[in-house]
Amino acid sequence: MSVFDGLKFRRVYSPIHNLDPRIKFIYVCAIFAAAMIFPELLPLTILFLIQIPFVILASVEREWLRSLRGAAFLATIIFLTNFIFSYFSAGMFNLEYAVATTLRFIVLVESFSVFFLTTSPDHLGLALEQTRIPYELCFAFTTAVRFVPVLAEEAKTIMDAQKARGLELESGNFLKRIRNYIPILIPLIVSAIRRSLELAEAMESRAWGATENRTNLYILKMRRGDFVLLAITALILAAAIYIRLFSTIPSFNDLLEGFLQTTRFLT
Amino acid sequence: MIEVKDVYFTYSNGVEALKGVSLTIKNGDFIAIMGENGAGKTTLVKHFNGLLKPTRGSISIDKVDTTTVSVATLARKVGFVFQNPDHQLFSETVQEEISFALKNFGFKEETTKKRVMWALNLLDLAKYRETSPFMLSGGERKRVALASILAWKPKILILDEPTIGQDYQQKEKLLQFILQMKAQRNTIIIVTHDVEFVAECNPRVLLMRQGKIVADGEAQKVLTDPEILAQASIVPPQITQIFLKLSDFKLPKEVIDIYDAREKLLRVLEKQPD
Repeated sequence: MSVFDGLKFRRVYSPIHNLDPRIKFIYVCAIFAAAMIFPELLPLTILFLIQIPFVILASVEREWLRSLRGAAFLATIIFLTNFIFSYFSAGMFNLEYAVATTLRFIVLVESFSVFFLTTSPDHLGLALEQTRIPYELCFAFTTAVRFVPVLAEEAKTIMDAQKARGLELESGNFLKRIRNYIPILIPLIVSAIRRSLELAEAMESRAWGATENRTNLYILKMRRGDFVLLAITALILAAAIYIRLFSTIPSFNDLLEGFLQTTRFLT
Repeated sequence: MIEVKDVYFTYSNGVEALKGVSLTIKNGDFIAIMGENGAGKTTLVKHFNGLLKPTRGSISIDKVDTTTVSVATLARKVGFVFQNPDHQLFSETVQEEISFALKNFGFKEETTKKRVMWALNLLDLAKYRETSPFMLSGGERKRVALASILAWKPKILILDEPTIGQDYQQKEKLLQFILQMKAQRNTIIIVTHDVEFVAECNPRVLLMRQGKIVADGEAQKVLTDPEILAQASIVPPQITQIFLKLSDFKLPKEVIDIYDAREKLLRVLEKQPD
């Protein structure tokens, strides 16, 4: 469940938590776009590094590291497949390319993790509503987010219940192990569906959707910090596009060679 | 025999649920664990089949330390019926649901069939043999869950809130069944809030509060002591409440059984001149 932990919001107050979720989302999308347009290692490293100040400002280091650890397994698979396939497509192993692709994935996980760690589900719902997305959809979305920890808790209880009936999850070969999870998944899905029906009934009996024009107690407003982040986002995006279009990016190999040459020249 | 020695347990989120619990449960004991929400009742019983391991202290089942064996191994001896049946039902038919554990334990096919039929009949479920457990009512699902554990005849049976969602008749059957299990020298442990049910069963009562055992004794003693009960936020059974209110008439207060109450009342009434 470590991946979920990395996405779970905890109510803390920090300059990052107080930012407008819409701007944070635009920032995440900008990082996403920037990461997509560069296949090279150097800019991806920079993209990885510029997010660390955010993590420290929001003081979510521990949760953030946990989400990265959760992504480690997928990252390894991405690294290995790219490393091996680079041999088939180019005739030689390309370490730098494989590292870059992996880093791109990590940058994406990193930025989304920062976003979800510092944005409360309520804020998120509010942001969605104010972008004129129908309220039903916003509500469905925030409810889904909110129920993730509940479902994780339920999955644990179900595992306990089945273990108490002699189920050994860790036994047998690969296929058997997957089959072992059927007694966990079916009750989990069934109870999620049952819970959603109950929730719908409970909400309707409390007059959900009775008024056409809902108003909100809180309204999101842009403040100075939000404009600063917007400016930073624009800058990152502009710089990324400029560099992509008008300059060539040296690979780490080139950099290393250049460095060696200058030292040789100096001595 | 279950031996619990000075057990402490802290959940990973830092909640200290058990703070120094010690007790011995002998074979053939019938125990009701009571106490307010969050007192540590379920946490304690989850230690008995190894689902939780003590942070400090030790628990042994028939002299075997629970930290040294798997849950599946312990489960053969300790049957645990969870509170919510929906946390375990997954099969296409009631019959398959009940045979799940038997297959896990490696019972032979013929024995499995016999045991399934036995459990179905015991809990009045034979007519639902081929029905999907998801089509049954809440109370029936609860009985399927119970049957699926009884089928392998565990020596120690733990029931977490067995009376919830059961009507009077089913509660009565549950009581009969518990007494029958007890007569066969099985150990039964129930976790419950249902004071009336406990009063009717008259087991040994363990009262828990904030991770500690605050009272341990005969139901007739524990359930009639208003001070101890108040500590654990439990209201005495109705019949006891009447006797407590009538204490001016020099009536004994240790009454939890209706027949017993009747006799005691009659004795007082006979003494009164009209």
